[in-house]
Amino acid sequence: MKTNSRAGEKIAKLLIWSTALFVLVVLVAISAYILIKGLPRINWHFLTEIPRNMGRSGGVASTIVGTLLVTAVAIIIAMPFGIGTAFYLAEYTKESMITRIIRFSAESLAGIPSIVYGLFGFIFFVIYLNLGWSILSGGLTLAIMILPTIIRTSEEAILSVPKVYREVSFSLGGTKWQTIIKAVFPSAIRGITNGIILSVGRSVAETAAVIYTAGSALRMPVSLFSPTRTMAVHFYILAREGISLENAYGTAALLIILIFLINVVANMLVNRFIAKGR
Amino acid sequence: MKKFKEKLSGRIFFIFALSSISVLALITVFIIVKGAPIIAKVGFFNFVFGMKWSPSQGEFGIFPMIIGSVSVTLGAAALGVPIGICCSIFLAEFAPAKMREFFRPAIQLLAGIPSVVYGFWGLLFIVPFIRNFFGGPGLSILAGAIILAIMTLPTIISISEVSLLALPRQYKEGALALGLNHWQTIWSVLLPAAKSGIVAAVILGIGRAVGETMAVIMVLGNAVAVPLSILDPVRTLTTNIGIEMGYASGEHQQALFATGIVLFVIIMLLNSFAQYITRKR
Repeated sequence: MKTNSRAGEKIAKLLIWSTALFVLVVLVAISAYILIKGLPRINWHFLTEIPRNMGRSGGVASTIVGTLLVTAVAIIIAMPFGIGTAFYLAEYTKESMITRIIRFSAESLAGIPSIVYGLFGFIFFVIYLNLGWSILSGGLTLAIMILPTIIRTSEEAILSVPKVYREVSFSLGGTKWQTIIKAVFPSAIRGITNGIILSVGRSVAETAAVIYTAGSALRMPVSLFSPTRTMAVHFYILAREGISLENAYGTAALLIILIFLINVVANMLVNRFIAKGR
Repeated sequence: MKKFKEKLSGRIFFIFALSSISVLALITVFIIVKGAPIIAKVGFFNFVFGMKWSPSQGEFGIFPMIIGSVSVTLGAAALGVPIGICCSIFLAEFAPAKMREFFRPAIQLLAGIPSVVYGFWGLLFIVPFIRNFFGGPGLSILAGAIILAIMTLPTIISISEVSLLALPRQYKEGALALGLNHWQTIWSVLLPAAKSGIVAAVILGIGRAVGETMAVIMVLGNAVAVPLSILDPVRTLTTNIGIEMGYASGEHQQALFATGIVLFVIIMLLNSFAQYITRKR
């Protein structure tokens, strides 16, 4: 019996170790393959030239600009709403019907598939508000998509600020508003920033929600009302329609590097946040 | 003045919160207003259980896509759930600290890679692999399930790990003190205690799988037919929208929004269930 359970433990451990290592290898293999195939494509011309001939030749400059602008619109719009909602949930209410409805909505928004955001963005921003396929439509659609992430991470950051900070501020005669601005916000800002950086990553990586809202135009955008094509959409079209595998690899490698940098920054912030918080 | 500012700030935060949640209502209303007329015209039963989808002839039956979504998602869950739970046990119980420090950010990074990149990788490796070793076109339920399993791993792993780590330390100490070995402790004490968190993780992972679009367009083959084996190509609810939105108009476009309604309802049910389970904890 004893030897039996010991053998069982060994088998289980072996199984778990090998599964975990297998997963790690697969994950590393996917990104490594794309990087190996794509990195040689990336050079100064690739970064600074507009796609030519549907993307068969030329670079990806306009898609980089498009990605940055769409993401910037999304973050600028979502930030005040997300952080404001988080402060309302964390500082202004006790658990009640209203907070439960807000939480339920935020969690439901988090689960809605990006293609449904794409449908909504198309019918609401592109058609109903008549913004057309544009950076603005794409950015607003993404703003809604990342809102729940910002709300949740900001609320966690605010709640993890020690109570003492608030008590000290109140005892010094600070009002609620002053306490929030001068005591709570500065200590929660790293966590909030981390949530925003994660949202930047999600926006950059998104395809389904932007392809029918921002469009797929290849020219350099001239205003927020210009249609554009983000890097992820460009990659999708190049790969799916078999336009140019070489340029697809290049675009994908660029995306992975970008996501990697975003993650590194986020991790650095989280580590400092944890070091400071505890 | 001070009091006024106080009141104002509270109001402003409330307005932010209110607009954040009204977005959900806005989405619901617009998708339904755009999609419901075609369901009413075709008939709910004919729409949901109709076998034929040919927009040019005005036939809108999405049953093959529902079967497609369900089969791909079940396949993804069958592959992803055991692997994901194993990884979370590994991270929470077995991994040396150094390895954990590497593994966690790696998983996080994995979650950030654009889904289209996974789809492309699947098209390059998984699809030919299936074609050569199992037969069929390669573009299949199995290919989609594998890609989705990989994509849902980060969700399942991180949430399950959190719920394992959140257990009171006494559970483990008590079990070990009673003479159970490490694995027996995990299997008969820790996993059952963390059950609700793990179930929530699985449901959220399944939600991601049901909702994924662009990655699976590349590997599913997209044929509108009820599949007979896991090696057959299928079309899911999401890919139906993703493929045809580019050129649809009129009733065809309405039917795609109606497909969105069905998808939306499925996801809301899954989410509510996940929230219910998490809350019960």
